[in-house]
Amino acid sequence: MNWTATFTLLSKEVTRWRKVWMQTVLAPVITALLYLLVFGHVLEGRVEVFPGVSYTAFLIPGLLMMTVIQNAFANTSSSLIQSKVMGSIVFVLLPPFSAFEMFLAYIGAAVLRGLAVGVGVFLLAIFYVQVPVENFFVIMAFAILGSYVMGALGLIAGMWAEKFDQIAAFQSFLIVPLTFLSGVFYSIKSLPPIWYQLSKANPFFYMIDGFRYGFFGQSDQPVLLSLAVMLVATAVLTLICVNMLKSGYKLRDA
Amino acid sequence: MNKNDQAQPAISLRGVSKRYGDLQALSDVSFDIKKGEFFGLLGPNGAGKSTLISALAGLLKVNDGSISILGADVEKDYRQARLNLGVVPQEIVMDPFFTVRETLQFQSGYFGLRNNGAWIDELLDQLGLSDKADTNMRKLSGGMKRRVLIAQALVHKPQVLVLDEPTAGVDVELRQSMWRFVRRLHREGHTIVLTTHYLEEAEELCDRIAIINKGQLLALETKEDLLARGLGSKLLVKAKTPIKHIPDEYQDRIARHQGKEIELTIHRDSDSVMDILDNLRAASIDIDYVSVLSDSLEDVFVRMTGDQEVSQIEGSEVQV
Repeated sequence: MNWTATFTLLSKEVTRWRKVWMQTVLAPVITALLYLLVFGHVLEGRVEVFPGVSYTAFLIPGLLMMTVIQNAFANTSSSLIQSKVMGSIVFVLLPPFSAFEMFLAYIGAAVLRGLAVGVGVFLLAIFYVQVPVENFFVIMAFAILGSYVMGALGLIAGMWAEKFDQIAAFQSFLIVPLTFLSGVFYSIKSLPPIWYQLSKANPFFYMIDGFRYGFFGQSDQPVLLSLAVMLVATAVLTLICVNMLKSGYKLRDA
Repeated sequence: MNKNDQAQPAISLRGVSKRYGDLQALSDVSFDIKKGEFFGLLGPNGAGKSTLISALAGLLKVNDGSISILGADVEKDYRQARLNLGVVPQEIVMDPFFTVRETLQFQSGYFGLRNNGAWIDELLDQLGLSDKADTNMRKLSGGMKRRVLIAQALVHKPQVLVLDEPTAGVDVELRQSMWRFVRRLHREGHTIVLTTHYLEEAEELCDRIAIINKGQLLALETKEDLLARGLGSKLLVKAKTPIKHIPDEYQDRIARHQGKEIELTIHRDSDSVMDILDNLRAASIDIDYVSVLSDSLEDVFVRMTGDQEVSQIEGSEVQV
């Protein structure tokens, strides 16, 4: 394991999003806050999902996690597709990286961007409404695992795509629907039975639900089940990504 | 350095083949490039040069055969192979987020090097980039970006440097300063592999030259052997009066006949220029001057790759 190389690639990936922080951090924070203001204003007092928890407070962890995971996905996918299209991917392919070193660096940067955006949303949201923190470690565990999983999905999308619009399609037809239908804005228990069952098959649901547990100590599914789903997803996606990187799928000519 | 180290080739290719569907990009290519050589890899567009370089660099996987860089197999021992190799890619590519110095620092780190600042400063100085060190890559001219690519390829001090058409689209001044720097690297013991469309560059710089076409190795010889392949030269004869009759024995050798001038194809090994001149004089040709026109690398290249006619010749003039 070449830690210097891994840390350098991680550092380069973090520098990349840090240099355009308005686009990569500020913009998603503002978007999340707009959601919070609009939905909070419209639905506050009309919906009570968890007993004793206002709708706006309920909304914050969901919005926060949605922003975290969408940005983690965006980081790896956009970095890879940009460097593929512009040809600068060669600077990463020529050095002696192992597949796992590359994976760790890209995922690390995605997790850090996810957390940066998450902290931004949280710091601004708590001015708007008080949100309890039931278990900080659960919050952090799900934030890290969620952005790890989405960073890995972004890596797969970035390797697979050859054009920017393919990334946009991946995002629009897979990531956004699965995120919106994962209980960000509601409890899946309020859904009709068929949609309830379908929602339970949506892995994104477990990210949001477990994360929300960290704030309120209550969730739609047992938090350990959500944690298990996340850990399995983490392991499976790690294997897939590392093998794709090792084979050079759409990066090195087969 | 022991005997084995010296005998070990810088680059070794054994039976390398690469197919893209029906296209055979490389076909059973085998050769060695010796340590310390300035090696030219020539071929027309689509000949397989870039495929070969991509295979050396591990940017593509070959279907058959093996490649090693200083003894390290590019697949099995890819870490050492890549440490041994620096590649200047053909396309001008860059990461638009970073300055020149950041670009080089990151590239150093990718090769596991920390505290590489002194060498980076030297590279910046040698390549005339010191005053651009903190400039964003986007703001550099094409030539400057090309210099950064060379610096990136050298940032880990590789023993073998591959330059894939490094002077394409580069102005004369930069080209000359680039070659001065590359020559210095060669003098210091680096193995240089060059592909170029400017054949005069290969002729001037390279010790040995490989010509490939349609994925096959057509020739691999020293520059001198390649130029003296027995494919001949031309004898230019200018007479004082228009030449009306050329002896029959030279009729099939006439490359050009125009007024007072004729050009005859000659074979260096078998023809005597003096005998030909005597025969021409005997045929009442009053010779004013003669010139022997040698084949250039371009002539040899064009002939071997079956492309267009010889377009450029170099000559040495002899007054009589």
